[in-house]
Amino acid sequence: MATTTSRPASDDLPKTPRDLLPVFIAPIIALAALPLVGSPTTWVTLTVAALAMGMMIFVIASGLTLIFGLMDVLNFGHGAFIAIGAYMAMTVLAPLSGWVQSDALTLNLAALFLAVLAAMIGTGVLGWAFERVIVRPVYGQHLKQILITMGGLIVAEQLIHVVWGGDQKPMPLPGGLRGAITIGDFALEKFRLLAVAVGLTVFIAMQLVLNRTKVGLLIRAGVENREMVEALGYRIRQLFVGVFVVGSALAGLGGTMWALYRETLTAAIGGDVMVLVFIVIIIGGLGSVGGCFLGAILVALMANYTGYLVPKIAVASNILLMVAILMWRPQGLYPVARR
Amino acid sequence: MIQSALSGDLPRSRVLSFLLAAIFLVLAFTPFLFSGSQPINTAAKICIFIVLVASYDLLLGYTGIVSFAHTMFFGIGGYGVGLALYGWGPTWTSAGLGLVIALVVGTVLAFVIGLLSLRVRAIFYAMITLAVASAFAILASQLSEYTGGEDGRSFRVPPLLRPGSVLFDIPAIGLRVDGRVLSYYLVFVSALLLLLAAFRIVNSPFGRVLQAIRENDFRAESLGYNVVYYRTVANCLAAGMAMLAGAMSAIWVRYTGPDTTLSFAIMLDILLMVVIGGMGTLYGAVIGATLFILAQNYLQKLMGVASEATSALPLIPHLLHPDRWLLWLGVLFILSVYFFPNGIVGKLREMVRGR
Repeated sequence: MATTTSRPASDDLPKTPRDLLPVFIAPIIALAALPLVGSPTTWVTLTVAALAMGMMIFVIASGLTLIFGLMDVLNFGHGAFIAIGAYMAMTVLAPLSGWVQSDALTLNLAALFLAVLAAMIGTGVLGWAFERVIVRPVYGQHLKQILITMGGLIVAEQLIHVVWGGDQKPMPLPGGLRGAITIGDFALEKFRLLAVAVGLTVFIAMQLVLNRTKVGLLIRAGVENREMVEALGYRIRQLFVGVFVVGSALAGLGGTMWALYRETLTAAIGGDVMVLVFIVIIIGGLGSVGGCFLGAILVALMANYTGYLVPKIAVASNILLMVAILMWRPQGLYPVARR
Repeated sequence: MIQSALSGDLPRSRVLSFLLAAIFLVLAFTPFLFSGSQPINTAAKICIFIVLVASYDLLLGYTGIVSFAHTMFFGIGGYGVGLALYGWGPTWTSAGLGLVIALVVGTVLAFVIGLLSLRVRAIFYAMITLAVASAFAILASQLSEYTGGEDGRSFRVPPLLRPGSVLFDIPAIGLRVDGRVLSYYLVFVSALLLLLAAFRIVNSPFGRVLQAIRENDFRAESLGYNVVYYRTVANCLAAGMAMLAGAMSAIWVRYTGPDTTLSFAIMLDILLMVVIGGMGTLYGAVIGATLFILAQNYLQKLMGVASEATSALPLIPHLLHPDRWLLWLGVLFILSVYFFPNGIVGKLREMVRGR
């Protein structure tokens, strides 16, 4: 009895138990798919493709889930940032076609870097304006938020038609990123590896910011209890705007990657991805970055395996996955925002 | 009589009453007032959308649920009747059987979706319905051996409704009632009855509970109402009405396909109609649907003229291009959510109160 009450002072606070159960779903799905797919080379290709797709979805979805967690705003207009980011990147890449077409990887990457930078800055600024004009008057009113951000999406999509025209645009991959690296029997497409690297970087950076910096601490505290953070004297308003801008910029990054992945671009690109993004954040638990990461991988694995095995039900399989997970945990894998 | 037909829920504004009466009279006599196929097609589309938008209003305006799966139910109704007529031959039995199958399948689907998501949070429901509806649309175009895929299915309606069947024809007074006119009245009368049924629903004690849930679900729960039950039932009712609208649409256009019934663009149209017309009034559905469809058909022509006129200027002709009409309606939508959240109907009623 005495041992439990007299803890040494140096001891840390009792840690919240880590909930690792959901982490095992991804490997289970991957292993279950192996006998169904049959050949290990195809399986590796599919898995890498799934990881790349998952990372892109994660980049897009992470911003949205944070915005929801922190501000209780579900931005249905997020899809517009995906499309606008991709179009901006395309605009920057057009005059750089010399760099894009050359086989030198450094020039390719430099062009891509500039394009992504432009897309992120552009969508970031746009996000700031969107927050100010569209979202700010309707904080705290879910119904109006959904309607108004949907209206924003309609207007943004139409403006894309006005500025860039409605027809489908090509978005060629840089020469150095085409093709695949072969290791033994396994062929790994270069762009997919790049996408995985970018996604992982974003995830790690986000985890570091959220867990190791003061801003991150405030964001996490704001997600848990907004009023308390305000009462302690922090201007949560500015934090909100900052997260909104970063979330929009990430959508721009994700949109650029997604357009490069598909190598074509239409104004409806945002809508196609948003369906997957919504499934991901529902699976992950609204507001949770870790859940979002896991959810993105699960959805992408499911989409790629069923896309290979039974192509006709690829999207429906994701709905089934979502239903199954919601039956298990009605609030998603890692619910954070309790509202 | 009007009082009881509308379940005591009168327009409460003279301008609104006048507008509604005008819409009713024009729709009731369209086949005899105008010649040509465009006016009657527009009128039938207005009737169908009035039902569809009114059923959506039941969800959005009266219960406070945002659903993006309404076109899915519209499509289920359309596909049910359409595929039955295509597969089992153009008889009334197959149309009826198809409708019954569609209603059962759709209601079960609405019930399951509602049960899964409505107990969590309204915002969950919006996202889940969005995902389910788009998956359904993709599935419908993928399973092409059953649904006709992207091309959809054209089918023949029962012989009585075909343009060839002339009931009576009195050329002296220009009266010619053929199968087309008959189908129009089938659509018109069904729309009228369904709209009156919707008025009955929202003005019943059940409807009052829905409005209580919209205003404050927590308090409604505390007063002893099972919120999940009421929301789910409202969801199933709205879905059922949307499926009937889909069936009407299938009978009228004699075609069913993903673009005309399941696409997300139609969902956005419904949203625009209900918000611009006025949420939570049902009259808003009538006004919104009529205005929107007239705008769709005639505003585009106007914009084309304006675009031609300004073709010397930069950018402006692009903004006024006929294909960009949705841009302006989108702006109108945002403005109406901000400044008149009760839409045109709400505004008209406020004017009465202000006087």
